[in-house]
Amino acid sequence: MEIGLTHYLIISAILFSLGMFGIVARKHAIMVLMGLELVLNAANINFIAFARFGGMNIEGHVAAIFVIILAAAEAAVALAIVLNIYQNFRHVNVDEVDQMRD
Amino acid sequence: MTHDAVLLLSIIILLTPLLSFLINVFFGGKLGKISGIIGTSILGIDFVMAIVVAFTKLVTYPDIHTIQTRFEWISLGPIKVVIGYGIDNIAAMMLIVVTLISFLVHLFSTEYMSDDRRYPKFYAYLGLFTFSMLGIVIANNFLLMYMFWELVGISSYLLIGFWYEKNSASNAGKKAFITNRIGDLGFFTGIMILYMTYGTFMFDEVFAGISSGVMPFNSPTFLTLAGIGIFLGAMGKSAQWPLHVWLPDAMEGPTPVSALIHAATMVAAGVYLVAKVFAMFTADALTFIAAIGTITAFVSATIAITQVDFKKVLAYSTVSQLGFMIMSLGVGGYTNGFFHLVTHAWFKAALFLAAGSVIHAMHHAMHHMHDHHTDPQDINNMGGLRKTMPWTYRTFLFVTLALSGVPLTSGFLSKDGLLAGTLAYANLTGGWHWIIPVMGFAAAGMTAFYMFRLTIVAFHGEPKTKIASHTHENKSVILIPLIVLSVLSLWFFYSPTPIDGSKGWVHRLVVQPASAVPAAYQWSFLLPEHAGEASPAMHAEGEGHEAAATEELHHEAQPAAHATTHAYLNKFQEESHHFHYIAMFLSVLIAGGAIGLAFMIYQYKVISADKLEARLKFLHTFSLNKWYFDELYQATVIAGTVALSKMLSWFDTYIVDGLVNLSAYITRGFSFITGLFDNHVIDGAVNLIANTTGFVGARLRKVQTGHIQTYLVFVLVGLLVLLYYFSINF
Repeated sequence: MEIGLTHYLIISAILFSLGMFGIVARKHAIMVLMGLELVLNAANINFIAFARFGGMNIEGHVAAIFVIILAAAEAAVALAIVLNIYQNFRHVNVDEVDQMRD
Repeated sequence: MTHDAVLLLSIIILLTPLLSFLINVFFGGKLGKISGIIGTSILGIDFVMAIVVAFTKLVTYPDIHTIQTRFEWISLGPIKVVIGYGIDNIAAMMLIVVTLISFLVHLFSTEYMSDDRRYPKFYAYLGLFTFSMLGIVIANNFLLMYMFWELVGISSYLLIGFWYEKNSASNAGKKAFITNRIGDLGFFTGIMILYMTYGTFMFDEVFAGISSGVMPFNSPTFLTLAGIGIFLGAMGKSAQWPLHVWLPDAMEGPTPVSALIHAATMVAAGVYLVAKVFAMFTADALTFIAAIGTITAFVSATIAITQVDFKKVLAYSTVSQLGFMIMSLGVGGYTNGFFHLVTHAWFKAALFLAAGSVIHAMHHAMHHMHDHHTDPQDINNMGGLRKTMPWTYRTFLFVTLALSGVPLTSGFLSKDGLLAGTLAYANLTGGWHWIIPVMGFAAAGMTAFYMFRLTIVAFHGEPKTKIASHTHENKSVILIPLIVLSVLSLWFFYSPTPIDGSKGWVHRLVVQPASAVPAAYQWSFLLPEHAGEASPAMHAEGEGHEAAATEELHHEAQPAAHATTHAYLNKFQEESHHFHYIAMFLSVLIAGGAIGLAFMIYQYKVISADKLEARLKFLHTFSLNKWYFDELYQATVIAGTVALSKMLSWFDTYIVDGLVNLSAYITRGFSFITGLFDNHVIDGAVNLIANTTGFVGARLRKVQTGHIQTYLVFVLVGLLVLLYYFSINF
């Protein structure tokens, strides 16, 4: 059996679902962020797979590198937010941070 | 003096009395008796300036028709209102008449009004009046003329009702004002007809428009109507029948006021207006004017015969003389009419001031004797004043001679020319127009009769009451104006020969303006001679003004219509010369006869006045009650107005108010229904929407948890739904 585009996409879909689950189900803010990283990397796999099989060529690679840079920047901002949440609430439980509702 | 200097000085002359008014009205309370001195000196200065202007105009520039200026007052797009002022020969003469009489009246009043509490106010009003009158004199357009016309009306109202504590005085003021307004309505209509047609208020531009052949609404009838309308204004101010009723009542005002306003100046304004716009009257309008003047002269002369109030006799005499002037203008005797205005102003002012002198003396005598019931103006309470008041008597007698038209006086010169003019007119036109000279001579005879009746009853014989015997001659402040005015009634001020006024400077300077009316609508005998020659048949036919509408004549008259500065002879003037000696002979005969009759009845009592009165009972009562004009107006115009007002009031109360109330009820009922609809249907719908929104909101807000993870689940679910949807459809 030759490994083709479909396999990569399935892997990427599994990874995306795991990441999504992490974002939605975890209570700890750091865990949510880690789920987010999984989602972004699922997208990266897709880009690379399309670059290899789908005719995206170099643009796919560029987009993947762009996503990695974006993820790094996002992690920096998000960790700063988490740090601030901790300073205000003395915990990082996203379930209990719902003051914006009212 | 240059033209600009003349114009500048005229505007100063106009504004100086206004200064007197302002000073006296604002500082009168503090000034007290000084206000009289201030007013008199200001008018003295004004008089001197008027002399300068008048002499400059009459001696240096006698041939320039009008020294005038004009400027744009209002400019609203296409509508431009140009006004201005100017001095022509008659204005120059009027300046002297108005300022001198005003000055003398100011002087006279310092003594006459000295006991009055509102002394400064009196001088303020006199100043206002003089200002307005001078405005009429120097106006060279209808608009300014109309404005000052109304100002004269209001200042006359203030002065007639000066003693407004007396009911009769305040009523007389109202009567004068309202009667004048009736005339002014016509004046205004006339001005509007002319303005709509020619688009200007300036006299000369209107005349130029008329002589170019443009007719208001393309009809000469409307030109006649405009002329009659303007003449209606003159009828109001100059107290012409049937609007004459206000003038005798106006005698309720202080006597100096009667002398200034109701003898010499304000009432002359109507005559002056007619003279000023003489060029625009058509033959028909002139006939109307002549008829009104004749009726006025005759009717008021008959009334004056039986009056017993000193001032009322003079008032009716004034109305009668104004009728003469208007009559003279109407028959085409422009110069004669204006000449009579000037001479009449002097001697009638003198007569009124003499009357004031008598009344003042009577008042003092009454005051001295603690009598407050006798009427000081009733001539039957006088008698014998010749001895107690010699100077008043002498001046009064002299000006009475002038008014009666006795030779060597100015009145003779002017009245003689005027009557000769009526004869010439009647001869040229024929038919019923002969009534005009007949009534004119009759009125002239009656004038002599009632004036001598007044003189004899008041001044001759024995004192009829104790008061009359206790009168004393007044101070010189009162006598000086009398003497000045009497001297001005001598013939040599006007003509080198005492028998012919037309040889004098007045006839040389006051030149009849060429008519602007196209020849077809004008009396042929008023046109310049060379144009009149074109159709000699016209004179014979008498009705020539209707038949003479030939084109050649029309064109020939054109150049003459513009040549306003040069004197020309017309048929009328020639004819007047022919009739001059006849008129002189007749008028002297009639006046002499009337004076003799007066002496026989009242002085020598050859004919008993009582018996005569009993025999002519009907005529006497008719005259004594002033031809029942007041009663007639009371019964017709006033009662009619009141009845109409009552009817309108009823209409207002029941019909108009009823309709208003009905519509109010309907509106209320309708509003009630609308209110119900609003409250229940519209508000209900609005509430329903609001409640629904609230309900939905309350349910939906549960979704808003604030948990970012919940939202993400929603996003995910939504995304899956969309994906599923698209995967099915595409």
